[in-house]
Amino acid sequence: MVERRPIGTIASHLILIAGIAIVALPLYVGFVGSTLSFDQVTSVPMQLTPGTHLAENYADVLLHGSTKGSKAPVGPMMWNSLVMALCIAFGKIAISMLSAFAIVYFRFPFRRTCFWMIFVTLMLPVEVRILPTYKVVAELGMVDTYAGLTLPLIASATATFLFRQFFLTVPDELAEAARIDGAGPMRFFFGILLPLSRTSIAALFVIMFIYGWNQYLWPLLVTTREDMYTVVIGIKRMVAGGDTLVEWQLVLATAMLALLPPAAVVLVMQRWFVKGLVDTEK
Amino acid sequence: MAYGSNRIASIVAGLALAGAATAAHAVVEIQWWHAMTGANNDRVNAFAKRFNDSQSEYKVTAVFKGSYPEAMAAAIAAFRSGNAPHLLQVFEVGTATMMNAKGAIKPVYEVMTQAGENFDPKSYIPAVASYYTNTKGQMLSFPFNSSTTVFWYNKDAFEKAGIDPNTPPVTWQAVVADMAKLKAAGVACPFTTGWQSWTQLESFSAWHNVPFASEQNGFAGNDPKLLFNGPVQTRHIANMQDWLKKGYFIYAGRKNEPEAKFFSGECAMMTTSSAAYGTIKQNAKFKFGVGTLPYYADVPNAPQNTIIGGASLWVMGGKKPEEYKGVAKFLMFLSQPKIQEEWHEATGYLPITMAAYDMTKASGFYQKNPGTDISVQQMIVKPTTSSRGIRLGNFVQIRDVIDEELEAVWAGKKTAKEALDDAVRRGNELIARFARTAKAE
Amino acid sequence: MEKRVVFQSRWLPFALVAPQLAITLVFFFWPASQALYWSMLIQDAFAAKTQFVWFDNFRDLFTDPHYLASFKVTAVFSVLVTVTGLAIALLFAVLADRVIRASKLYQMLLIWPYAVATAVAAVLWVFLLNPTLGILTHVMRALGYDWNYLLNPGQALALIVIAAVWKQISYNFLFFLAGLQSIPRSLIEAAAIDGAGPARRFWTVVFPLLSPTTFFLLVVNVVYAFFDTFAIVDAATSGGPVQATSILVFKVYQDGVQALDLGGSAAQSVVLMAIVIALTVVQFRFIERKVQY
Repeated sequence: MVERRPIGTIASHLILIAGIAIVALPLYVGFVGSTLSFDQVTSVPMQLTPGTHLAENYADVLLHGSTKGSKAPVGPMMWNSLVMALCIAFGKIAISMLSAFAIVYFRFPFRRTCFWMIFVTLMLPVEVRILPTYKVVAELGMVDTYAGLTLPLIASATATFLFRQFFLTVPDELAEAARIDGAGPMRFFFGILLPLSRTSIAALFVIMFIYGWNQYLWPLLVTTREDMYTVVIGIKRMVAGGDTLVEWQLVLATAMLALLPPAAVVLVMQRWFVKGLVDTEK
Repeated sequence: MAYGSNRIASIVAGLALAGAATAAHAVVEIQWWHAMTGANNDRVNAFAKRFNDSQSEYKVTAVFKGSYPEAMAAAIAAFRSGNAPHLLQVFEVGTATMMNAKGAIKPVYEVMTQAGENFDPKSYIPAVASYYTNTKGQMLSFPFNSSTTVFWYNKDAFEKAGIDPNTPPVTWQAVVADMAKLKAAGVACPFTTGWQSWTQLESFSAWHNVPFASEQNGFAGNDPKLLFNGPVQTRHIANMQDWLKKGYFIYAGRKNEPEAKFFSGECAMMTTSSAAYGTIKQNAKFKFGVGTLPYYADVPNAPQNTIIGGASLWVMGGKKPEEYKGVAKFLMFLSQPKIQEEWHEATGYLPITMAAYDMTKASGFYQKNPGTDISVQQMIVKPTTSSRGIRLGNFVQIRDVIDEELEAVWAGKKTAKEALDDAVRRGNELIARFARTAKAE
Repeated sequence: MEKRVVFQSRWLPFALVAPQLAITLVFFFWPASQALYWSMLIQDAFAAKTQFVWFDNFRDLFTDPHYLASFKVTAVFSVLVTVTGLAIALLFAVLADRVIRASKLYQMLLIWPYAVATAVAAVLWVFLLNPTLGILTHVMRALGYDWNYLLNPGQALALIVIAAVWKQISYNFLFFLAGLQSIPRSLIEAAAIDGAGPARRFWTVVFPLLSPTTFFLLVVNVVYAFFDTFAIVDAATSGGPVQATSILVFKVYQDGVQALDLGGSAAQSVVLMAIVIALTVVQFRFIERKVQY
């Protein structure tokens, strides 16, 4: 700030810290809950210091799932989520880079049409076409498969758009030089463009990984077998047990597990992520 | 099989190995999709295992597919891509949808007669089977887990309030008296109800022998008109609104969420499914009892019988005859008195045959667990046209409508008459929509 | 916006776009057209019997007071989520920007809710606000306020707004912070020299310069409130009570999957499509103008 106002600075810090506390509250309470026994977690008011059942609950949930509601163990679910997130992240990045490369660096008939067709997918998130997409996937026999989980979500064009914007800023001299050297387009792509795009790819990877890991509605429809559940769906199915009391300590342990990988990805790749996110939408 | 040359024998052996599906002693796989969770999930798997162990021709695989709506959606999608299961557990409100899906389902009576099984519809408890039969008396689906509406009460709380714990209230008037006594004794929640649409309107109407809808509650036609805004029902809902205001009745949710309030000891009396038995037994730390669903003594012909809830097993269409033989055998297995007796005693679901009921009686189970036969007794009555069940198209949505309108009553936003009239109007629109699809070709 | 230098090839560009086009055709255009087609049919759950009814499904939708109520709920919900989310995030961003030295730290601490799935956020908040078990419920009861979102429609709406905003704060914060940090200090100093106090500086200099960011976030938040919050409604309230939290996207799911009314659900999808297209057009009209190369 322009003036020096210590009070203002202190107040800012305080408010920010309070903000962080509020933001962290659900996480903290959830974590504490996941370390308690069933009786402790359902007593009112619940204690606010971590308990001693951490190892027990997490092991329980990873191996056995909850005993009410769905009984699927969470370990396989984490694996499904991982496969899904990685496939979506890599899949999207791969096909988008190729398409963006084609659209930017080539002149070919129907180029504009292709561009608009891809662009249009930005307008309709999957929730809006959810049931017909489900029917198509069912007719292709892809229900309860990794292909069915991931392919329909690779269809949207955010990454293509980003790469297009980025490629447009790459100096023409580089392409010129490649042509003079006699390098073909793919040589140029792999040798020059790809390394240049590292930051964008990293940022996109984070965004897409989180997007894929946190998917809810689509996996809810397309997985009907317990061994194909993703961890985000698994939580819901535990809470929706309905018949008996919800085993909150196990549900919360699952919730913690569900948010660990994406949070880890964000924190580790924070620098690229922030840059990529802010630059993407501009 | 003896053949002349070694070569032919080995070719035949090779073919037999390769084409296992066509060989005489290959196992026929039968897929059973269900929505049972927790302990019932284990029991379902146990049944499948027992059947498989008892013979070697057929293998039943039970697969949990989520909640009832999710399992149904999954089966429909699977059917469209040619991968439907053989057996599907469908909740009672989905009956009309399944019935009308010609080609997608195969009525149980057809499966049984075509497989040559010794199938006697009369051996099933009338009010249970009637829900799933057509007007010609032919059984369309197999009643697997049927429960009915009963009245649970906390015996310890009764004692504390000075009420005799061994005489549950039988009429609604008696219930009100008990509610007052409980409240006076400091009980915060004298009464609550689970599955409000089912307990307080659907089963309520049958219990009082008043129609829920025209055309025999929808059994006799595809476009009935709803009638649950009649005087008896309106009076009851208005009473409930009154009890809510007085703090006698606490509303805790549309489905079985309120059951937790009962077995946690918070609410002293509750009307809900008889199948809550297993959960209550497991969780209640107090003595509890069960009585019949209360009725109004001044309504003529009450009490008649209550109607069932739960689900039945539908056989999906498009399968091979030998697979249907296996399905028929499995259904006969499930109808065995011993199996039914075990299922009934452990879960609180009704036994579906008279033989199973007699067997349970003879074993002394009802003496040792008083009140567990209440549910059966409410059902072994010959039903009337108003009480054999309810069959409506789009019933799932109609239940949602009823739940919403009742919630408006509990929130004090509408009178009982307004809410029920609105529910009837909206429900009729839903039925009309369904009738259009049923007529379409 | 075109490259000067391009490559020549007959077949290569087609091969490069093919994967994306294929997936787009199969999983986007085909289902979208199916939705349009279904919206004009009445069919039974098994699609065994269908009847073409033109716009009857739409007529039924728009004369159904509960569908119109769902519009209202969605509108109210989006406005609440957007305004609250933006206001809180802006506050944090302004303060973090002020505290330049520690702003990277604050950024890291406020960023991670972005990684949390909306369904998980919903479960955590349901646990905090559970009518029987929740800590916050307990605190409110101690203060004399009876909290039960299963019965009280307003409270149910509050619950999903809280969960939705909580998750979105980090996203908004990131953008506001970046936007604030890209405003040239010289402008602010100039205003200070002219005698403007901090509040005046904010409203006359900073906020207008922030408007592209604000507008962009506005659209993003509205789309978020419309669609990504499905998980919150499904995990927390299932649209109740009395349909107080039945947002449009949830109704599409409920009618299609639970009630098996494919025609009605498809018609609702078509309406949603129209809304999203309108929003996207608005976004690109107003925002892409600001991008220069």
